[in-house]
Amino acid sequence: MKNFDLNSIRKDFPTLFQSVNGKPLVYLDNAATTHKPQVVLDAISDYYRNFNANPHRGAHYLGVTATDMYENARETVQKFVNAKSTREIIFTKNASEALNLIAYSYGMSLIEEGDEIVICISEHHSNIVPWQQVAKHKKATLKYLYINPSFTLDMDEVYSKITDKTKLVSIAQMSNVLGTIYPVKEIAEYAHGMGAKIVVDAAQSIPHMKVDVQDINADFMVFSGHKMLGPMGIGVLYGKEELLEMMPPFLMGGDMIEYVEEQSTTYAQLPQKFEAGTPNVGGAVGLAAAIGYLKELGIEEIHKHERKLTSYALSRLKELPYVKVYGPEQLDQRGAVISFHMDGCHPHDVASIVDTYGVALRAGHHCAQPLMKYLQAPATSRVSFYFYNTINEVDILIDSLKQVRKWLGHGA
Amino acid sequence: MELESIYTDLILEHSQSSHNKRHLDHADWCERGHNPSCGDDILLELKWKDNIVEEAAFTGSGCAISQASTSMMIDLINGKSVEEAKHLADTFLAMIKKIITEDSDLEVLEDAMAFKNISNMPARVKCAVLAWHTLNEALKNKKSE
Repeated sequence: MKNFDLNSIRKDFPTLFQSVNGKPLVYLDNAATTHKPQVVLDAISDYYRNFNANPHRGAHYLGVTATDMYENARETVQKFVNAKSTREIIFTKNASEALNLIAYSYGMSLIEEGDEIVICISEHHSNIVPWQQVAKHKKATLKYLYINPSFTLDMDEVYSKITDKTKLVSIAQMSNVLGTIYPVKEIAEYAHGMGAKIVVDAAQSIPHMKVDVQDINADFMVFSGHKMLGPMGIGVLYGKEELLEMMPPFLMGGDMIEYVEEQSTTYAQLPQKFEAGTPNVGGAVGLAAAIGYLKELGIEEIHKHERKLTSYALSRLKELPYVKVYGPEQLDQRGAVISFHMDGCHPHDVASIVDTYGVALRAGHHCAQPLMKYLQAPATSRVSFYFYNTINEVDILIDSLKQVRKWLGHGA
Repeated sequence: MELESIYTDLILEHSQSSHNKRHLDHADWCERGHNPSCGDDILLELKWKDNIVEEAAFTGSGCAISQASTSMMIDLINGKSVEEAKHLADTFLAMIKKIITEDSDLEVLEDAMAFKNISNMPARVKCAVLAWHTLNEALKNKKSE
């Protein structure tokens, strides 16, 4: 394990060292995407410079090497999430595509009229819209788990909403707006007792905490590479082998077939069955390098540092009487995402003004419109940390928020 | 980017002023304008008298820039003919796109000239133009009546 030395860690990330509007960049939009360490950039560049061939085809040297690199990346992911087999790891474009794959393949063929699909009110649009489509086409019911005023989920809500009619529960392990960490293991256990399957959207959680699919007993789990130091355009679907076996393919084409006749086709074995077309080998190689970096750093060390940042940021935000935080106060119930509203300051003005101080944060509905409506908040500002952020950056954030109030004519 | 050229006193004054922010008693036309990516959401209400905008007002929520731009636009179009209002909207949008740059050509926009530099802040252009696109939609419907 690497020593958690923030100064040397930051040096691994070339994009962090730049000026924005004449000020050093303070990047606090990690829930949207993270920056990439040099080892990831090198791995991608090495693949394209030295190998670059279409995997699973042909017998030439480069083709075989590209296949090995792609399949080794799959094995890295398998071990990282503790899946039983590499056949349970499907590479996708991102978490959204993985969720769509489950909705279209599992949902459209195995959910029937009168069945229930249960999701949480804080889901990202990517974990809402596909289920709306399944519910609509299959005449199923889409039900929501509502959070309590402390921005967490009561298990009583879970017990009352998941019933013996529920076929599928799909829930993010961590909310991209509230930072709330949901008890997916307990929810999975209850859902299984009711005969339902569970999808865990780990896009926000897996960059920051250990996600063990066997421990959770998830039937499906999805995440994106780019939110955990990897490149954009590579994501992962984990599915229990017996479920993936019974599901029809999602996308059709090359690489996912066994025999193609004029009028019929038999499909390839897992995982190729779900990977039509030339895959993103460079992306998979980059993701594997990112996992290697995270492992070396130690997910526990990452968690510890982010907890310190979150705790400090929450206490500093509390000093500002005009700030309202949307999210749990208890540190063990939340991750390093803080959404807030500043009285008299629209989030878009906040984002634009702090940008002139070099601070990158997100403003808007964060792809969670039903949640914003439920909270009766038209939009919020959001800061999201990663392990390379510093306490000093939190101070710069707080100072720039004070400036926002001045700019918008509210005094200090 | 110079923040001073965007968050001017004039724009702040308009964004916090509520003189145009209300429902009309008997509006002839309501047009909703929405920036889905950021959530600015306004409802523009218009009352016609023959070919004249007799009264305009708005409700809704959004950032300082969208709210100020809407309020300035309403000040400007009250009492104007449909053609004049259309011309003002076209002039404003041409100013944002830097098609019209001469101050003398932009004077008709009065306070709304304050948004001349908004294109220096590309992420905020859609906030500034929301009201004016909404007005254009409403005027289109007036013409096709």
